[in-house]
Amino acid sequence: MALIRALAAQATARLIAGFARLTTGVYGDWRGCQPAVNQRVYFANHSSHGDFVLIWTVLSGAARRQTRPVAAADYWSRPGLRRFIGAHVFNALLIDRQAGGGSAVAAMTDALARGDSLIIFPEGTRNTGDAPLLPLRSGIHHLARACPAVEFVPVWIDNISRVMPKGELLPVPLLCSVIFGEPISVSPDEPREAFLLRASQALLRLKPGEGPS
Amino acid sequence: MTYLADRRWLLDHPTLLLFAGLGVVLLLATAIGRTLVMIHGNTQTIDNLNQRIDAWWVMVAAMGIAFIFGLPGLVILFALLSFWALREFLTLTPTRHADHSSLLLLFFVGLPVQYLLVWQQWYGLYSIFLPVYGFLVLAIAATLRGDAENFLQRVSFVQWGMMICIYFLSHVPALVTLPLASGRPADGLLLIAFLVIVVQGSDVLQYIFGKLLGRHPVSPRLSPSKTWEGLVGGIASATLLGAALWWITPFNVPVAAGMAFVICVTGFFGGLVLSAIKRDRGVKDWGRMIRGHGGVLDRLDSVIFAAPVFLHLTRYWYTV
Repeated sequence: MALIRALAAQATARLIAGFARLTTGVYGDWRGCQPAVNQRVYFANHSSHGDFVLIWTVLSGAARRQTRPVAAADYWSRPGLRRFIGAHVFNALLIDRQAGGGSAVAAMTDALARGDSLIIFPEGTRNTGDAPLLPLRSGIHHLARACPAVEFVPVWIDNISRVMPKGELLPVPLLCSVIFGEPISVSPDEPREAFLLRASQALLRLKPGEGPS
Repeated sequence: MTYLADRRWLLDHPTLLLFAGLGVVLLLATAIGRTLVMIHGNTQTIDNLNQRIDAWWVMVAAMGIAFIFGLPGLVILFALLSFWALREFLTLTPTRHADHSSLLLLFFVGLPVQYLLVWQQWYGLYSIFLPVYGFLVLAIAATLRGDAENFLQRVSFVQWGMMICIYFLSHVPALVTLPLASGRPADGLLLIAFLVIVVQGSDVLQYIFGKLLGRHPVSPRLSPSKTWEGLVGGIASATLLGAALWWITPFNVPVAAGMAFVICVTGFFGGLVLSAIKRDRGVKDWGRMIRGHGGVLDRLDSVIFAAPVFLHLTRYWYTV
């Protein structure tokens, strides 16, 4: 049974990645670091449910197996397809949103201590407005202080909000790219606000501009 | 008109000869490209040249496979090209959330229906379906969510995407459906071969003349890589190439040369127009799908402008 479920999970994973490529032609642009299996926290802008699928699609097979998206338990632990996809396909680290920020950071720290890499969205919620990036929540600062040896890689996901805007059922095929920046880490005496600002800027620097490339 | 039932033309038709010729040209180009690496080392220009040549092998192979299946093969190939081109085009347009249903309609209704109409050889409808009904439906769909911001700009972009990436491009497989005086369906395939060889030959020859002799840019602000030397040399030699291919067409030698000239000139302006759009949107290439060339639209820009003109000229004078 477990074997069948593992095979089904693997097949579903390929199906989802294939669909993501077919719709968005997604392309990983490793600008500030190399695709590697170093232990990492990928922190990205968040504007669509498709976000972590895109990051996950452009990771190598080995990196995929050790990288877990951090997701809301109330959404992904409902029985049936969602739990199958959340728990077995993406091996998501589910966070109970009611339990408060402290326990979320603790769960992430535990996962990092076990050797996993994580995908997090420090804006905390989907950005559906016109601002390119919402202010980052403080969780990423606590996490970075708790795990100073881990590389924090900024990831800009471009265009996915147009592929599947909030509340739409069907995706429109538009090209997306996932841009990986240079890893950052927190300095021992860096105040929270300074680190969050630096993390925001690291993300925004990756955003494709208006001028010629 | 069943191509699959009658495969004889594969053996006794000029198509085979043409593809053999293309194979020889590509072998030669590949040999030259690799020799250049040995002489000059792998400079950026030479590396790009070799990437382009390698991509040509794939593109010629794709055309060859489509030719074997005749009209259905070409309809499917060009529908896919339209899909990729439209995806590249709309990626660079400033559409908003309110355009979501327009975009879905265009991708999942407009595109397949247009190609089905070409497949059905329904000239009366495929030649007006998108410019009339597609235009109106996209304009109407854009109003449905009540977003007036940049309205005309948003609608126009989507309508341009429809014309450029679907409508004009669908005229390439439509060439097969023309009722030529000879009555042989395979002659329609050869019209496509003529168009594609002349227009792409013109692009390649402009590139070669431009790289070797190019000094004076035609329009530095729209497309810095297009030069007068490349333009004149490329169009003159591609017109000769077209004249030399008269035997695969219903045309005589001067008409074949004239058709080739029209194809080259419209194709050149197709490249220039799409370059201007790229400059306006602040990008160098439409995408990254074809290594060395950029996106699908970077390769098809000239075909898109030349195909409808070539179809209508041929239809007016050479069909029954």
